[in-house]
Amino acid sequence: MRVQLKTSYHHDIRLFPDARRALRFAGLVALAIALPFGLDDFLIGEATNVLIWAIAGMGLMVLTGHAGQPSLGHAAFLAAGCYVNAILMERFGLPFLASFTLAGIVTGLAGVLIAIPALRLHGIYLAIATLALSVLTEDIIVLAEPWTGGVVGLVAPTITIAGVEVDRYGSPDRFYWLCLAVALLVTLGYRNVLRASLGRAFVAVRDSEVSAQAMGVNLARTKAAAFGLSCMVTGWAGALMGHFFFTFNHEVFTIVISIQLLLMIVIGGLGSIQGAWYGAIVVGIVPQAINVARDWVTGAFGGGGLAIPGIEAGIFGLILVFFILFEPLGIHGRIMKWRVWFDLFPLCRRDMFRRQKSYLRTERMR
Amino acid sequence: MSLLEVRDVSLRFGGVTALDRVSFSVERGEVFAIVGPNGAGKSTLFNLISRFCEPAQGEVRFEGESILGRPASGIAALGIARTFQNIELFEHSTVLENLLVGRHVRRRADIVSQIVFTPAVRREEIAHRAAVERVIDFLDLQPYREQRIAGLPYGVRKMVEVGRALSIEPKLILLDEPASGLSPEETTDMRFRIDDIRKRMGATVLMVEHDMGLVTAVSDRVLVLADGQVVTAGTPDEVRTHPKVIEAWLGADAGEAA
Ligand SMILES: Nc1ncnc2c1ncn2[C@@H]1O[C@H](COP(=O)(O)OP(=O)(O)OP(=O)(O)O)[C@@H](O)[C@H]1O
Ligand SMILES: [Mg+2]
Repeated sequence: MRVQLKTSYHHDIRLFPDARRALRFAGLVALAIALPFGLDDFLIGEATNVLIWAIAGMGLMVLTGHAGQPSLGHAAFLAAGCYVNAILMERFGLPFLASFTLAGIVTGLAGVLIAIPALRLHGIYLAIATLALSVLTEDIIVLAEPWTGGVVGLVAPTITIAGVEVDRYGSPDRFYWLCLAVALLVTLGYRNVLRASLGRAFVAVRDSEVSAQAMGVNLARTKAAAFGLSCMVTGWAGALMGHFFFTFNHEVFTIVISIQLLLMIVIGGLGSIQGAWYGAIVVGIVPQAINVARDWVTGAFGGGGLAIPGIEAGIFGLILVFFILFEPLGIHGRIMKWRVWFDLFPLCRRDMFRRQKSYLRTERMR
Repeated sequence: MSLLEVRDVSLRFGGVTALDRVSFSVERGEVFAIVGPNGAGKSTLFNLISRFCEPAQGEVRFEGESILGRPASGIAALGIARTFQNIELFEHSTVLENLLVGRHVRRRADIVSQIVFTPAVRREEIAHRAAVERVIDFLDLQPYREQRIAGLPYGVRKMVEVGRALSIEPKLILLDEPASGLSPEETTDMRFRIDDIRKRMGATVLMVEHDMGLVTAVSDRVLVLADGQVVTAGTPDEVRTHPKVIEAWLGADAGEAA
């Protein structure tokens, strides 16, 4: 059994609750930095993919997991970030760091604008309204052909940072490190928000709008801030995605991407930064696992290349159903339970994680 | 000048008249209780002061200024805190985090410095924690400070909600049935807390309560509300012996018998 003794207020607002966890995180970061040395180019690409999904996942997590506002429209913001970044680099000749930063800011502002009409919508209605956004994206990209290249699409320009070329194919390791740096910075900023008043306001709005207001939390402003931050981060993920795909057109940022993003944070565990990372790892690994399994099946039973259309979506769907039924708190929730079990050993009880009956809440004032 | 002044307020929900020309005023430093049968409009009155409902007519003034032009989220900043009849806590957060939300109106840092977590933000957070810790001490919530609301017993939740309201450092605190659902021991505990809120925290208390024992013990003045109308107001003893109150409480027959 392990007990945490707090001796000052700093304990509560530190980045890590104890030295052990700080060390573990440092170890993980070191491992992530060293990763490209041990992998071939293909696997570095796969790891980069996971990083980009993790950034996008954190973008959606802050909105859905913490502020409680579901969105099925985040592919639109990925697209916005992707195109704004590419256009600023290509047409305006901005260096990558400037165009990248601006891509996030522009997408974030777009998110705030979208938030204004969305403020009156709750739950499923908000999901449907944002779904419409996803559907529109494709058409908007085609219609804005002079800028976006329409159905032909755009090619992501090569990134140069301080004279060093960072190319997805030419130097996959550098591109990986770039994505890692962005992912770590976003994680840090996210953690900072959560330990300050804005993060608490997000959770307050999620858990009870009525008492959030009674505590002086302005719903409109808080939701707009959540949309803004969420879309900014998603825009950055989109910009990196553009470079990762190298070429992209109207068919890349479909509604399927929106759904996959939402699914990812649910599987990972809503309401935690770690959840976005776990979800990204699942999303990165599952397609590879399917490929391996497919090769194995083909090898074992012969026959031509086995291709089952939609198998990926089907398997993701199954995983999602499994989690909603058996582990609604996602991977993060499961890991936390194991951790508590070990920390309290041998004092844990079987019914410790049974869902508590919650008391009646007033519905009158909704 | 009274701290809170409610003048001639009426409020209707469709055909139901929840409040009918209600007037009263609460003085600084007193404990003011509102009693009345179910559906009398007591909670509606609180919701009106919290700006969750719009009155059809009338005026509500706090420290001499009308609050009817303010949104619901602008009330806490004036120094008015409240609890809810059916506990409205942030279920998935810990006791400490719930109380810290009460500090929201005292925040100063902008979004960007919060993302960066500048030294100023750190200092501010420490100050919030110190303030919240005083409330935790005051209400003896230490054993629960790191626990999530979802697993706490009812009586503790009630106390946490009072704590969250106190974290605002309010001038006026509205308690909607603070003792409902509590055991006799917890009710006695709540009675001393309410006394202390006034004496040690210096806040004025406006509360709705059915438990007449508690009302008599802590309040300076009592307002009786029935069917949205003021029946009478006065000290607890005056009110208890008022013929109309006896009638409303015990029925017309008992009133005649008494
Ligand atoms: N949002 C609402 N919509 C419609 N009617 C409402 C609403 N809120 C309250 N009412 C009605 O207004 C009247 C007063 O309700 P209120 O909740 O203020 O009573 P109360 O005095 O707090 O009663 P209790 O002791 O049961 O809490 C009741 O008739 C109730 O049905
Ligand atoms: Mg009531």
